Amino acid sequence: MATIPTQPGDEPLPAVGADTDAAVDLTAAAVEVIPPGIVAQSLGEYLRGWVARVRGGDAGVLPVAFALLAVAIVFTIVSPNHVFLSSKNLVNLFDQSAVFIVLAMGEGFVLLLGEIDLSIGYVAAIGGTVAADLVQPSPNWPWWAAILAALLVCAGIGAIHGFIITRLRMPAFVVTLAGYLLWFGVMIIILGTAGGVSITSTVLPNQEALYGIVYAYIDPLVAWVGLLAIVGLLGAAMWLRDAGRRRSGLVAPPVGLTVAKIVLVAGAGIVVVAICNVNRGNFLPIVGVPWVVPLVLVVLGAWTILLERTQFGRHMYAVGGNAEAARRAGINVSRVRTLAFILCSLTAALAGIIYCSQLGGLTTNINGGQLVLYAVAAAVIGGTSLFGGRGRAIHGLLGGLVIGAIYNGLYLLGLPIQWQLIITGLVLLAAVSVDSLSRKGVGSGATARA
Amino acid sequence: MADPNEPTGSLPASNPGATPVSASEPLLRLRGISKHFGAVQALYGVDVDLPSGQVTALCGDNGAGKSVLTKCIAGIHEPDQGEMFWEGRLVHIRTPGDAAALGIETVYQDLALADNLDIVQNMFLGRERLSRGLLDEDSMERAAAATLASLRVTTVRSIRQPVATLSGGQRQAVAVAKAVMWNSKLVMLDEPTAALGVAQTRMVLDLIVRLKDHGLAVMVISHNLNDVFEVADRVAVLRLGRMVAQDQLSAFDRQSVVDFMTTGTSTRQVTASDATAMKD
Ligand SMILES: Nc1ncnc2c1ncn2[C@@H]1O[C@H](COP(=O)(O)OP(=O)(O)OP(=O)(O)O)[C@@H](O)[C@H]1O
Ligand SMILES: [Mg+2]
Repeated sequence: MATIPTQPGDEPLPAVGADTDAAVDLTAAAVEVIPPGIVAQSLGEYLRGWVARVRGGDAGVLPVAFALLAVAIVFTIVSPNHVFLSSKNLVNLFDQSAVFIVLAMGEGFVLLLGEIDLSIGYVAAIGGTVAADLVQPSPNWPWWAAILAALLVCAGIGAIHGFIITRLRMPAFVVTLAGYLLWFGVMIIILGTAGGVSITSTVLPNQEALYGIVYAYIDPLVAWVGLLAIVGLLGAAMWLRDAGRRRSGLVAPPVGLTVAKIVLVAGAGIVVVAICNVNRGNFLPIVGVPWVVPLVLVVLGAWTILLERTQFGRHMYAVGGNAEAARRAGINVSRVRTLAFILCSLTAALAGIIYCSQLGGLTTNINGGQLVLYAVAAAVIGGTSLFGGRGRAIHGLLGGLVIGAIYNGLYLLGLPIQWQLIITGLVLLAAVSVDSLSRKGVGSGATARA
Repeated sequence: MADPNEPTGSLPASNPGATPVSASEPLLRLRGISKHFGAVQALYGVDVDLPSGQVTALCGDNGAGKSVLTKCIAGIHEPDQGEMFWEGRLVHIRTPGDAAALGIETVYQDLALADNLDIVQNMFLGRERLSRGLLDEDSMERAAAATLASLRVTTVRSIRQPVATLSGGQRQAVAVAKAVMWNSKLVMLDEPTAALGVAQTRMVLDLIVRLKDHGLAVMVISHNLNDVFEVADRVAVLRLGRMVAQDQLSAFDRQSVVDFMTTGTSTRQVTASDATAMKD
C-alpha cells in the first residue's frame, strides 16, 4: 500500500493483492509505478504525448497555421504590387473570412458528430433576411431584437432538422439536402417580389447598427485597451490553469509552452489591431478594427468553452467518437445530436447576419450551395474530421482564414471564377485526404476492438 | 443507499446494502428473461441469481447468449419478457442510466470506450465531475490516476493520451478501472481478461476476489475454465439461450461444465472434495 503515491483527498482503491503473499511480486512492479501526471512535466514527455495525439489523428493547429502562413506568403509575392499585404486588403480579408469562419464553426458542431448539414448556406441566408427585414422602416425593430429573432428562427430550423434526423431516423445528408432546397424556396418567399432587402439606410439607426457590424470601426485607442484586457485576462487564465496543474502534479504543458501560447495570442492580437489601425482610406482617413472582429472572437470563445469545458461538450465528443459507448455511459444521444443541429443553424444565422452586413443587404442571388462547401472546407482544412469525434471552434477560425485568403488572393490576381473554384476544390481535397490518412493511422494503432 | 453516482475511488465498506435483505434473497434475481432479435431468439426464459459477496461465473459457448444477458441487465437491451428483482424489489432497467442508478457497472466485451477521448475522459464519461458548472478536470484526473495506480496499471505513458493510442490490454485495463471506480453493488465483467497478459490477468482475478470480499455481487464471463474455477463461487451455464445449469462451484468440475456447455446435460457426479481438488 505504502508504495502507491496518491493525491490527498482521493482515497485510492485498496491495492490489488497488496495484503496477500502475491504482494512480493507486485511490489517489484510497484517500483515502476509512475504517477502519470508527474512525468509529463518534462518537455520530452509532453512531446511524446503530442506525438501520440498526432498518431491518433489529431495534429493540432500547427499544420493549418503553417498553411495559412504559406498562402499569405505566396499571395504577397504574386499579387500585383504585393497588394495582398496592404492594410486595406487585409481588413477586407478579415471581413470576407468572417462569414466562412462563423459558418465553419456552425458546421463544426455537426461534423463533430460525423454528420453533415448541407442546408446551412440558405439557413444563414434566412437568418440574414429575417434580421434585415425586421430593421426595415415598417417594423423597425431594435437591431438587437432583430438579431435575436433571426437566431431564434434559425434555431427552430435546426430543431426541425434534428428532430427529423433523430426521431424519424433519417440520414442527415438527405434531410439537410431537402432543407437546402426548402429553405432556398422559403428565403425567396421572404424576400418577396423585390427579390432583395437592403440595410444601407443612413437615417435608420437600427439599419446602421447592422450595417456597422462590418463597416463601423472601433476607435484605435479603445481597440488597444481592449486587446490589452483580453490578452491580460486570457493569459492570466492560461497561466494560472497550467501552473496550478503543474503544481499538483497533473498532466500539464511545460512552462515554455504555456509562455509560447500566451506570446502567440498576444502577437496575433497586436498584428491584427496594428493592421486595422493603419489608415486605409483613399481620400478620407479610415482606421480602426471592424466590429466583426470582436464578434467573431466572442463566438470563438463561447463555442470553445461550450465544447471543451462543459459536460455537454464532452458528450458531443463522446457521441462523435463512439455513439454506442456514449449511449452505454447513459448519455442521451438523440438529445446531443438534436442540439448539435440547433447550434449549427443558430451559428449559421449569425454568419448570415454578418454576410448581410458585408453586402449591405441580401438578394435572391445568394449562393447557399457554395457557402456550405466553403464552410465544410474551412472546418476540414482547420483540422476538424469529417468522420466525427475531432474538431474545435478554432479550426473554423483558422480554416476560414485560409479559405478567405485563397478567395481574396485569387480575386486580387484577377483569376476568373472557374480557377477560384478549381483551386478551392483542390485545397479541400488535400485537407480531406490528410483527414482520411490520419484516420487510417488510428485504425492501425487501435487494433484491439472486439 | 450510497449515491452510486458519486465516484469514491475506493471500494465501499463491506456489506454495502443498507436495506436489510434476507439471507436467501440475492442482490439481483432474474426470472424468465427472454430476448429476440428479429428471427434470432437469443434468450429463452432465463433465470439467474446474483448474490452479494459472491462471484457468479457465466459460462457458455460462443453465441450462447452471455453478452445479451449481460446487456439486458445493463439496460442496453430491454428484455421481451421476464422480471428482475433488485434486493427483492421488482425493477425495470430500461436504460444504462437506470442500471447505473441501481449500482450496476459493466465491463463490455467490446469495451465501449470512445477512441477520441483520453483515459480520464473515458473513465468519467456520462458522470463528469463539475465545479461551478464547468468540468472539474483536476479532480477527475486525480481520482482516475489513483484508481489506475491501485490497479497497478503502470504501462500507460500518460493518463491524458487518447484511448485510440492504447494497446488492447491497456484498453481492457481502462475499461475495468472505469467499472470499479464507482460505488457499485453489482459488477459484471464480460471476458475481462481476454486481451490481458499473465500479470494483468492476475490483477483482474485478484480484483474480482477483492470486490466480492467487499460484499459486491460479481458476474464474470470467461471462456477460461481455470479462471472460472479459481475465482467463482457459483457457476451458471448457458446453452443456446437456455440456462442449463446453475449451482455452487462445488457441484461442478471442469468436465461437467464442458458437458453442460456443449450438450446441455452432464452425467458426472461431483463431490465436494473433487471440486476442491480441481482448484489446485
Ligand atoms: N444486437 C444484436 N442483433 C442481432 N442479433 C444479436 C445481437 N446481439 C446478439 N445477437 C445474437 O444473439 C446470440 C447470442 O449472442 P451473444 O453475443 O450473447 O453470445 P455470447 O454468448 O456472448 O458469445 P461469445 O462467447 O462469442 O461472446 C447470437 O446468435 C447473436 O448472433
Ligand atoms: Mg459475448
